[in-house]
Amino acid sequence: MTENVTAKGGQGGGPAWEPKVVAIFCNWCSYTGADLAGISRLKYPAGLRIVRVMCSGRVSPAFVLKAFHEGADGVLVGGCHPGDCHYLEGNYKTLKRKLVFERLLEQFGIEKTRFRLEWISGGEGDKFARVANELIKEIEALGPLGSVAERLRQADGLSLRAEGGAGSA
Amino acid sequence: MPESKKKLKLALYWAASCGGCEVAVLDLDEKILTVAELADIVLWPVALDFKYKDVEALADGSVDVCLFNGAIRNSEQLEIAELLRRKSKVMVAFGACACYGGIPALANQFDRESIFARVYGTTPSTVNPGRVLPQTKLPTPQGELHLPTFYNAVYKLDDVVDVDYYIPGCPPPPDLIWTAVEAIVSGKLPPKGATIAGERALCHSCLRKKEEKKVTAFRRVHEVIPDPEKCLLEQGIICSGPVTRDGCGTRCLNANMPCRGCFGPTPEALEHGASMLSAAATMAEGKDEATLAPILDGIVDPLGTFYRFTLADSLLRIRNKALVAGAEEKEGEEAAS
Repeated sequence: MTENVTAKGGQGGGPAWEPKVVAIFCNWCSYTGADLAGISRLKYPAGLRIVRVMCSGRVSPAFVLKAFHEGADGVLVGGCHPGDCHYLEGNYKTLKRKLVFERLLEQFGIEKTRFRLEWISGGEGDKFARVANELIKEIEALGPLGSVAERLRQADGLSLRAEGGAGSA
Repeated sequence: MPESKKKLKLALYWAASCGGCEVAVLDLDEKILTVAELADIVLWPVALDFKYKDVEALADGSVDVCLFNGAIRNSEQLEIAELLRRKSKVMVAFGACACYGGIPALANQFDRESIFARVYGTTPSTVNPGRVLPQTKLPTPQGELHLPTFYNAVYKLDDVVDVDYYIPGCPPPPDLIWTAVEAIVSGKLPPKGATIAGERALCHSCLRKKEEKKVTAFRRVHEVIPDPEKCLLEQGIICSGPVTRDGCGTRCLNANMPCRGCFGPTPEALEHGASMLSAAATMAEGKDEATLAPILDGIVDPLGTFYRFTLADSLLRIRNKALVAGAEEKEGEEAAS
């Protein structure tokens, strides 16, 4: 396990920061692909944490925003290739959302590259490793996103009450 | 007079708001007279000449109910929110701005500097050659004057004080206001934190014919006259019904206008704007980017459309300045070198 960790923090005066990327993968293709990468002993950065869902179509943009809210520097969503969805049309829904969601992220001041949608089949362990390494490199170049709480604190220096509010009542 | 002692003490306040919530209270029509019989108003800046010092003079917790409308945009509004919270037994976030930030919170895409630059500089109707901007201090012969600080961000009421009840809407409809008034008068209050509105999505009350949600083009309300019988989403018009709380009486739909989401998210929606983005985008018909992109480009301004009333209640809340700040720094460096 430790050999897969790309040496970054602390050693040799390198940057102490390592990007955190949440990957949300569908059970049938992308998760299996990532599993294959592991079995094949392909290297991918340790900063990538995978969450398994049944279908990429289940990934509401709200999940992605939640990841950013909780401190992720990037989010990778993985689904089956077009035409291969276990539930026939789930991945098309993901694609549709992405085309609008990217523009929303830009309006929020979040770089497009921090969010990525990839089709990774169960046999594409190598593609998974390549995408993971690419994405981590791109996010390293961008730097940390920073937390929403910190951004709010910096805005006006107010001590805001814990989140909750009308929406959750 | 012993009778007047039994009367409720009521405070009404407006912070960052348009005044529509004030009109909504008057929309109670003749029932407003009943309110006047039941309650003594201790503060209502829009209608009555009470001063802040009058409220400060009251004992803590002596005001029975405060109906607070508007978001928190400056330090005066924060100060009065805190004052009224101290003085009031029950604090009600009244209207979409107090509940979720409302329209004023859309300014969270910009900071104070860029808002001032626009408002006091580049709007076509502005003539300001001296580039005069609002200041918090002003020296005058009579002494220094202090003005409230304009914040970088807009906050909802429960960001800054404890809120007991929420009455959403832009503005809240009279029947909900009356429900709240009756609950307060009778003492039959819902559990703390309750939102006085429907629990389900607005679509449940919408009588339009709903068939299949598939569209080949999105249209904005100024571009078409919608079929009044048919689901607006199915006509390619973004309607926030699927993710928005019921309880408004389908006022907009009755006027052949789509729901803009002023009642805020349903209890189940994880995020109002993102949930509606998901619902709208997935209606586009097509399976590849070449077909879908032109259709989905018809959804202009996703943030303004999907978070029209709830940006201050969203997960990300304010624009991340990294993109802008980074660009500015680069420009600054280039200019310096």
